[in-house]
Amino acid sequence: MSESSRPVAAAATRPPDPYAADDLQLLDPRKVGMACFLCSEAAFFTTLLVAYGLYVGQDTIGPTPAEALSLPLVSINTLLLLSSSGTIAWALKARQDARRKSCCIYLGITILLGALFLVGTSIEWRGLIYDQGLTLGRNLFGSTFFTLVGFHAIHVGIGLILLMIVMILEARELLAPDSVAPELVGWYWHFVDGVWLVVFGVVYVLGR
Amino acid sequence: MRSTSSDVRTRLCGIYFAVLFFTILCPSGKLAFAESTSIFDSASHNSDAIVDVFYLVLAITGLIFVAVFGAIIGFVWRFRKRKDQNDAEPPQIYGSWPIEIAWTITPVLIIFVLFLLVIRSVDEQRPSRAPRDALRVRVVGHQWWWSFEYPALEIVTANELHVPIGEVDHPRSVFLDLESADVVHSFWVPRLGGKTDLVPNRINTMWFNPRQTGVFYGQCAEYCGTQHAKMLLRVIVESPEDFEAWAENERKPAVNDPAVADGRRLLLKLACANCHTIRGTDARGTAGPDLTHLMSRQTIAAGSAPNDHEHLTRWIQDPRMIKTGCYMPDMKLSSAQITLIVSYLETLR
Amino acid sequence: MASGTHNGTELHAPGPFPWQGWLTTVDHKRIGVMYLIASCVFMALGGLEALLMRLQLWQPNLNLVSAGTFNQLFTMHGTTMIFFVVMPIQAGMANYLVPLMIGARDVAFPRLNAFGFWMFLFGGALLYFSYIGAMGLYGSGSAPDIGWYAYAPLTSPAFSRGNSTDYWLLSTLLAGVGSVSFGVNLIATIVTMRAPGMRLRAMPLFVWMMLVTSGLILFAFPPFTAAEIMILFDRHLGSHFFDTQAGAHGLLWQHLFWFFGHPEVYILALPAFGMISEIIPVFSRKVIFGYSSMVAATVGIGFISMSVWAHHMFTVGMTSTLDLFFSGATFLVAVPTGIKMFNWIATLYGGKLQLTVPMLFALGFLTLFLVGGLTGVMLAVVPMDWQLSDSYFLIGHFHFVAFGGILFAIMAAYYYWYPKMTGRILGRRLGLWHFWLQFIGFNLTFVPMHFSGILGMPRRVYTYQADAGLEIWNQISTVGAIITGIGLLCFVCNLIVSFRYGRIAGDDPWNAWTLEWATTSPPPSYNFEQIPSVNSRRPLWDLKHPTDPDWLHE
Repeated sequence: MSESSRPVAAAATRPPDPYAADDLQLLDPRKVGMACFLCSEAAFFTTLLVAYGLYVGQDTIGPTPAEALSLPLVSINTLLLLSSSGTIAWALKARQDARRKSCCIYLGITILLGALFLVGTSIEWRGLIYDQGLTLGRNLFGSTFFTLVGFHAIHVGIGLILLMIVMILEARELLAPDSVAPELVGWYWHFVDGVWLVVFGVVYVLGR
Repeated sequence: MRSTSSDVRTRLCGIYFAVLFFTILCPSGKLAFAESTSIFDSASHNSDAIVDVFYLVLAITGLIFVAVFGAIIGFVWRFRKRKDQNDAEPPQIYGSWPIEIAWTITPVLIIFVLFLLVIRSVDEQRPSRAPRDALRVRVVGHQWWWSFEYPALEIVTANELHVPIGEVDHPRSVFLDLESADVVHSFWVPRLGGKTDLVPNRINTMWFNPRQTGVFYGQCAEYCGTQHAKMLLRVIVESPEDFEAWAENERKPAVNDPAVADGRRLLLKLACANCHTIRGTDARGTAGPDLTHLMSRQTIAAGSAPNDHEHLTRWIQDPRMIKTGCYMPDMKLSSAQITLIVSYLETLR
Repeated sequence: MASGTHNGTELHAPGPFPWQGWLTTVDHKRIGVMYLIASCVFMALGGLEALLMRLQLWQPNLNLVSAGTFNQLFTMHGTTMIFFVVMPIQAGMANYLVPLMIGARDVAFPRLNAFGFWMFLFGGALLYFSYIGAMGLYGSGSAPDIGWYAYAPLTSPAFSRGNSTDYWLLSTLLAGVGSVSFGVNLIATIVTMRAPGMRLRAMPLFVWMMLVTSGLILFAFPPFTAAEIMILFDRHLGSHFFDTQAGAHGLLWQHLFWFFGHPEVYILALPAFGMISEIIPVFSRKVIFGYSSMVAATVGIGFISMSVWAHHMFTVGMTSTLDLFFSGATFLVAVPTGIKMFNWIATLYGGKLQLTVPMLFALGFLTLFLVGGLTGVMLAVVPMDWQLSDSYFLIGHFHFVAFGGILFAIMAAYYYWYPKMTGRILGRRLGLWHFWLQFIGFNLTFVPMHFSGILGMPRRVYTYQADAGLEIWNQISTVGAIITGIGLLCFVCNLIVSFRYGRIAGDDPWNAWTLEWATTSPPPSYNFEQIPSVNSRRPLWDLKHPTDPDWLHE
């Protein structure tokens, strides 16, 4: 026989509904997983941004951000990436409406825009390295800039691969209609875009 | 279930606590050890302050320990299952808001008190400006030795820091500007105060004001590579007169004894001059310690060996025998050459 | 396809040999066991390194190992124990237990789970390969010797030539990737895969601790990864992140590392707290006192622990304001930790304590973690830290919390859950030898370190000065280390012998209350025949006490 230290509450004479689920249990685990992963990526990029911010203006030898960075090219790049976030949103909407062909076209445009972003980045880097003499080893600005922008570019590249996989699977009707994969890739892509906006703000606007 | 386990536990815990109490709470008034580096053997006003803080914090944490530990042992003793008890479950206690609030508020109050203590003691230990009569020394940490410069006195020496003591009612502070030539080091002389790191590309300042004369031992306290354990230092606190005499001597250029001219010439011809400075000669290297008044120091190799003929000879013969991994190379000298060099060095008083 | 049964678990190997099943498994229980076995191997290596250090420090100026070798020993010992012993044990225990405790069949991403394990194992193998593979400065192999937290600029190419440092960087990087994938997996599992009726506030405390731990992993490891990438770039691509000659900040590494490093020790500790929170109630025969405040304290610890990192840096010359902030935050984190201690002790009160071996280890945890926590409070007092930081007092402190605390809790967990994992109970007699040898040995090893620290002995020194009163404490420590080692040998013997000859456990040998005890020992690969439905925090208590179920009182 056991006793407990609190009196039995009048209302609780029967157990709570055994099949009640709290709202969290109804979430799709894959979505939770991607959200967690993106949190960890945010922490990663924040660290690179902190290093960049700490060292901006600390160099004793040039070139400085004001000298080296050119706004026009990178603004075009930014617009390309922002548009690609728009096109992927349209792609996912098309998929929701079961317009598979439209979805693939929009995905293709997204990939194209992302690839153009990488091309733009390569052009910018070529200019920085050969014309400005800015390399990873040149000064603190070079070290932090290429690391930060480089890792972002790597993430764009990975995103392009993911987008291509989704596009091909969708084109071949291999994805179930309720598959969350395209949406998760969409989240990843939006995240990469968001990181770019912060990088753009810190490096090209504030840091100059 | 054996009940002897908790009996033995209680006894052992009692012994443990008694040992802890007697050894830690009863420091000796005089030095127990010849080269003591105990933080309780405080020899400066600032390290006295830290010892006072220590006692207070030890008392508070000691009381907490006694209370909580006592509760654990007491409950284990009282509520262990005895053989005569049945298997019925005891009353299930899910919690108690009054108790839980009480033991949330009490620790918050305790840490509040501790935090006030910290604010006050940090404030004491960090004066914003050096008094005008403070002695300023520029300390540069190297792998694995210390360089000490007294800019106002135009003295450069290594590994052994001489400072004057002030008056009883008017202590004289020593302010150290700490820099590093390579990696992170830390200046720690326990009897004179806490440690402060030497970080490259940064100047940290620390101070102490000694209240007794003597030799105080310390060493680097931040791992800095192979011979971190042998990056020793000593602070020699002396009367103002003795300090003046020492400073006077240090300011002079190196002794130029004609009897060891051969040794001097040999040293200047070899690569020694690339790393070491001997003021008054052409040796102007700064990679290694200043040797102008080498013989005024008690030890060599940053405290690794006594400064006597045998060890000096062995050091020059092959530094790695005394301090493996150090950056002074084995110059591969013949014993005749070594004898000449050592005889010259021994004149650098 | 070979198949057979062992203790009720079906084995389906993809080839003719049973071990192939283990190599390709994605079953959370097998992955958990692999984590635990691998960590035992690394613990033996780390313990050996410790023993060698203690023998070298028996007397001043001994030459048992050279200075360079000693520096490698303390680096490898720390790195091994933190990244390749305690992290995998926590991952292994969580992997095994969390799905069972929440009534799930596996984790959310079984293949990612396996990936995380193999990342850890490759990382550990890479670290130890450095003994033979790394090009040291003189062309011979050499392990890293930069300390387990690898301060720059010591790790920069100028001061760490050869590749030994790269082995440290890459192996911990791999381990970190494994940890992050583990964290992602566990959060998704705990949030979405609980059994019907198990609301968040009905989860076992171990699951709560693992949830907060996983959150910490997500935010603490990436900065460490980023910092390691920066130093790797400095070392191989000529960048200047930590190059003070080029104007870099001398303390960037320290801030980045400790921003990871402090949450890391809570990542190590919170699972241990969870284990204790399951074990003490069962052997006190009482519900945990104050479940809600335990959860609140855990979440509080999670948040506050991310703001205390620079208490490892009180000696670097920060401003007084910063010193005070970090000191205050450190005091603050002691409050929820203390609350948990009080809750555990209050659970003992009025109970019927069964002094089984797991309970002895849990009680050992309580006393030793108490001491470690209090020396931590001492070190948070900034001027005391100025004397005691980087001394043997600090080594005493963190071994009290990490070994006396975390590892004792882990031992309790091993004894408690071994029956569930293997179907047999670990022997009591050998367990008592293990406990007493480990308890006595541990105290003999680490209590004297507080004294040698106070007497001025810094850490990471391959020898020390005579005439400073340090010998006696070092000698007691060495004797203690040997005794501890013997105790751990007893443990390993117990693990092996009981696997064959231990008493059969049955489903629920301890008369416990959480869901893992509602299935066979060991569980079948599908965990539960029927997913149970849950009404309270102690579903089995409700089943065993239908007239007074928990849900009446929660």
